[in-house]
Amino acid sequence: MSTWNPKMEFMPKEELDKLQLKLLKALVHRLYDYSPFYRERMDMGKVHPDQIRSIDDAAKLPFMQKKDLRELEPNQLFMASNRELVRYHASSGTTGRPTIVGYTQKDVDTWTESVARGIASAGVSADDILQVAYTYGLFTGGLGLHYGAERLGCTVVPASTGNSERQLDIIKRLGVTVIACTPSYLMHLGEVSKKIGLDIKNDTNLRIGILGAEPWSEGMRKRMEDGLGVKAINIYGTSELSGPLWCECIEQRGMHVWCDQTLLEVMDPDTGEILGPGEKGELVVTMLLKEAVPIIRYRTGDIATVDWEECGCGRLHPRLGRITGRVDDMLIVRGINVFPSQVEYVLMSNPELGNEFQIVLEREGALDEILVRVELKPEAFQDNVAMLESLKTRIHERLKSALMISADVELVEPGTLPRFESKAKRVVDKRKI
Amino acid sequence: MNSDLEKYRIKQLSIFSENRPGRLMDLARDMKEAKVNILGFTIAEGSGYGVVRMLVDKPEKAYEKLSAQGHVVKFTDVLAVKMEDKPGGLYDLTVLLKEAGINIEYAYGYRNSPAAVLILKVEDFDKAIDIILGSGRTLYDISHFR
Repeated sequence: MSTWNPKMEFMPKEELDKLQLKLLKALVHRLYDYSPFYRERMDMGKVHPDQIRSIDDAAKLPFMQKKDLRELEPNQLFMASNRELVRYHASSGTTGRPTIVGYTQKDVDTWTESVARGIASAGVSADDILQVAYTYGLFTGGLGLHYGAERLGCTVVPASTGNSERQLDIIKRLGVTVIACTPSYLMHLGEVSKKIGLDIKNDTNLRIGILGAEPWSEGMRKRMEDGLGVKAINIYGTSELSGPLWCECIEQRGMHVWCDQTLLEVMDPDTGEILGPGEKGELVVTMLLKEAVPIIRYRTGDIATVDWEECGCGRLHPRLGRITGRVDDMLIVRGINVFPSQVEYVLMSNPELGNEFQIVLEREGALDEILVRVELKPEAFQDNVAMLESLKTRIHERLKSALMISADVELVEPGTLPRFESKAKRVVDKRKI
Repeated sequence: MNSDLEKYRIKQLSIFSENRPGRLMDLARDMKEAKVNILGFTIAEGSGYGVVRMLVDKPEKAYEKLSAQGHVVKFTDVLAVKMEDKPGGLYDLTVLLKEAGINIEYAYGYRNSPAAVLILKVEDFDKAIDIILGSGRTLYDISHFR
């Protein structure tokens, strides 16, 4: 049996429920006593920690949204001093302002534990050589997988992203058995390998892919498993919750969400009603152990279902199904969250550009391409190609620094992009997942 | 600015145009409908778009028509140098401009038998006019294009 912490992973349901409630109570008391932000929120919501007597009482607690994390300064939200913090990560925000998250040593440990358990449940062990081809840096993917795999005892190859031929060369030469990357990047590696005459299925030891940071499908799973001989495992997480956290076990029937770290709710995003088992809705997450940036009833914006039945692997921790959509207009491009409002923010700060723009997403081979089309203002036009080119370059650079992703920019004639009378539809997503 | 030299500032039309099939056709149709004759013409290619440059016989009329059709159009002042239609003509002129330190932003030519016309976009118009006329060459003035 592939496992990292069998006591926790296979804890009976009753004990899990008891533990979860105990942790929830401790959390709300701690926040009420020590966090002015949460105390105010709870007071405003007319809920006192003493009212939390069962897990269902969690529904009385106030929600937390991405904008809380974005708009509040770290000193308003963080419950750890500089001395206690050991790391920062960040994700892109809706207006170009990144959402900062901090970690204490215990936060890193909890996160690492979650990843170690998850990949162990997927069949990874200390015998494996695991190549991390997620970006290392402010993005949580690289370091999250790195720490989890190292904790499990894997030999980690911190390849980060890019340079596909070198990635393949390392996979071959070191006998890498597991790759952690976005599903589209694994598909891309598959294409590059064909070009250089490498058969991943027969010429390498690669057997498992830990794939996340963007939505994908069962169709892609089949293509990767058949074509590359790699068991394709889904992993989910967001930087607000820590980073990559939960992944599928060998059963591949949903991602185990560890009850001793997390309280999961599924909510109707329109009515706020908590939905029953198997119903599709917005994921609302409470992180029971987080210290530096506590997360209570965080509205992830992700739409999915949760399966609470016992898994074929014997674990009783609930299983999160594939993310099937978003509550808001967030896009995921090459594993990076992109909000149209960020693009708008960047474009509107250029006086040469008009108000209309369009975001076109396409999948070139296996990789997502993002094209931003924007109208040039008539009065900004100069008969000077160098000036127009430098305007394009400037927009490209600004988008890159705001979105953390490289977007193509196209200047179009005024009046040519579609106009909308009510809600603008600025995104044209031509990707077939 | 010397008002005597104003007549040498030729009103070229510059049009911002997306690089997609049919866009030049649209321009040409507008010119046809406005009964505007195109004398000189070039396209500067950017990435995904182009700047169409045209010398026409009725610049104001063309401008009006193009604006009305939603094109992004602008007048750009250029010089029109009469060139002897023989080998070395362009070389001699560029030597002259180089020695005077005049930079050419862009240029294009067309044949207007028996001579040829070189369209020049420079930064320092007055100096360029002075140098070119001073060398005994002819600059066409705006009346030539009507």
